Amino acid sequence: MKMSGARAIVSGLEKEGVEVIFGIPGGQSIPLYDALYDSSMNHILTRHEQGAAHAADGYARASGKVGVCSATSGPGATNLTTGIANAYMDSSPIVAITGQVPRASIGKDAFQETDIIGITMPVTKQSFQLRSVAEIPEVIKSSFYIAKTGRPGPVLIDIPKDIQEIEDEIDFNVKLELNGYKPTLRGHPRQIKEAAKLILEAERPVIIAGGGVIISEASEELMELARLIGAPVTTTLMGKGSFPEMDPLALGVLGMHGRKAANYAVTDSDVLISIGMRFSDRSTGAVSCFAPDAKIIHIDIDPAEIGKNVSVDIPVVGDAKTVLKELIRVLRKIMESEKSKAWQEKIKIWKKEFSPKMDYDDVPLKPHRVIKEIMDFLSEDDIVTTEVGQCQMWAHHYMGRSKPRSFISSGGLGTMGFGFPAAMGAKVAKPDVNVIDIAGDGSFLMNIQELATVVENNINVVVGVFDNHYLGMVRQWQELFYDRRYSSVYLGNLPDFVKVAEGFGALGIRVEKPEEIRPALKEAFNAGKPVVLDFMIEHECNIFPMVPPGRCLKDIME
Amino acid sequence: MENKTHYIVALVEDKPGVMQRVSGLLSRRNFNIKSISVGATEKLGISRITMTLKGQEEVLEQVIKQLNKLIEVVKVLGIEKDESVIRELVLIKVNTATVSARAEVVQYANIFRGRVVDVAKDSMVIEITGDESKINAFIELMRSYGVKEVARTGKTIMTRGKKIVSIKGK
Repeated sequence: MKMSGARAIVSGLEKEGVEVIFGIPGGQSIPLYDALYDSSMNHILTRHEQGAAHAADGYARASGKVGVCSATSGPGATNLTTGIANAYMDSSPIVAITGQVPRASIGKDAFQETDIIGITMPVTKQSFQLRSVAEIPEVIKSSFYIAKTGRPGPVLIDIPKDIQEIEDEIDFNVKLELNGYKPTLRGHPRQIKEAAKLILEAERPVIIAGGGVIISEASEELMELARLIGAPVTTTLMGKGSFPEMDPLALGVLGMHGRKAANYAVTDSDVLISIGMRFSDRSTGAVSCFAPDAKIIHIDIDPAEIGKNVSVDIPVVGDAKTVLKELIRVLRKIMESEKSKAWQEKIKIWKKEFSPKMDYDDVPLKPHRVIKEIMDFLSEDDIVTTEVGQCQMWAHHYMGRSKPRSFISSGGLGTMGFGFPAAMGAKVAKPDVNVIDIAGDGSFLMNIQELATVVENNINVVVGVFDNHYLGMVRQWQELFYDRRYSSVYLGNLPDFVKVAEGFGALGIRVEKPEEIRPALKEAFNAGKPVVLDFMIEHECNIFPMVPPGRCLKDIME
Repeated sequence: MENKTHYIVALVEDKPGVMQRVSGLLSRRNFNIKSISVGATEKLGISRITMTLKGQEEVLEQVIKQLNKLIEVVKVLGIEKDESVIRELVLIKVNTATVSARAEVVQYANIFRGRVVDVAKDSMVIEITGDESKINAFIELMRSYGVKEVARTGKTIMTRGKKIVSIKGK
């Protein structure tokens, strides 16, 4: 069939099942947007391209589908970059579409020209610049396939304007030939057998579940394995929600701001079963004293993660769900092990001894209390997104989550300004659940313009601002490690978030006392419009416990 | 830790931007490229990249894994020096202003199995292939006459005997 490049792109996206695109048009993508005008796909006009990329990311993480964002060439494309890098670090499947100057102008520093392929090369799983109209079906099909399979990640398609305009014969019956891309799903049987043997010998086993468990939808298998071998489970930031944190076997989160019981258990373990995680420095602390007595089993779909940060004893390359199913099958044949009973008792004592205090009555508010009230208010299917910094770590440490995809946070890149647009994307993906962004006043300001987008499109998310007038995490580090020399961290008593919310047509509620929190939440989630809750929290409250950077997991400051 | 010289051969799909992806990845992972050469293979649409790198053993393993992750990279192999033929082609422009210099340079070129590929009034271009030590030795010899210009292709490598670095199928 003969059609324009723009029409072919839109058809290709529709054939991939895309329902929504987050983006902003511009000079070099007008033909594409002209074709979108006739499409059944919903286009949500964000107010900044970074918001579009994070929204696509949030949409992907909430739904498990590929999120799509779009921008014009030059500044539009560069504005997407942070969002693309964020998706890359957290293995989130998004497809980013950028307009580009016409082919004849490429390389001439034309108006709004930028080498976005070059700029994003280190932070994309793959990228394409279209060179002909005929290749559009293959490029779109490859992009979605690459984004969502194996270890997921962002793919960028750069489309010169003339390609959008030219008409050519288009054939959507393409067969993908990706000779250099064949992700390994099934674990090696011998490795799985070795892993099973090691697990049976374990007296102090611990499971670390990462984001890979959520991506591969292996939570059931994770639970089955934990029960079967009696191993307690801790999660990374990315893995939060893959294992219910109220479960007796749950240790809570691991790492720099992890639960004490989790850090202790990992350090004292003799066999560590690490699933779909990458031993980030925020999870391990100093590698030299990370689980010093443990033999480590590492299950991951990305072979490059094996041995990258921590050397492991038994690597199993494969998809978490597929490998866990097989591992459980092998284990069932050869066990029941009672060896870890004493260990489980010890864990129980740690968990009891170290259970965090949250029911503060202070004014200004303690963040712990706010987190507790939000946690009690939400149901397990509701979605919490976070910004980055203290607010994120308060949520990470104190807020129990039970379901995969119910906690969405910027883990690897640590992007302030992620949480709010991600909440918008999550709410579009799951309109029937409550979505709240746990924000700081610093990070909310970084993408606050998206209030216009959510109000305009009736995307009724709630932003809970933990308002302490500081860039709190940096202030905390300056307090603890730089003699309290507060350098460029004070934000002041502005803006007035209630008035800002109202100015955008949202509802703003200021919350100053503990007993006001619950009524405010109730009002917010029943407002029928987006809401900003301005929680006035203690200005210099720190996020503890904390393992100082470069120290061992048990060196905990409180 | 010791920085050793490593050789990696990658077979890649001949598509735009592949060299940029490969070289960008190497520098990002903190690996120094000493030389990199690329050319066609026995299969249409597949190019062969030969890399000579300096770095630690563990980093080498990580680089091979990361290269494997690139979509267009079909095959990557770390090559041991002992099991392979390593060659490089070099063009050297030497100062030969005197008759005696000209005669001597031609003689040396013959001894090193090089060829004179260009002669001008006061300079010559010698083409020479071989392993690194042979080429270095020849360049050293030429220095006494005055080396005006050196162009090296970077190493290209083939494993000896049965072992084949190739892609099955069409």
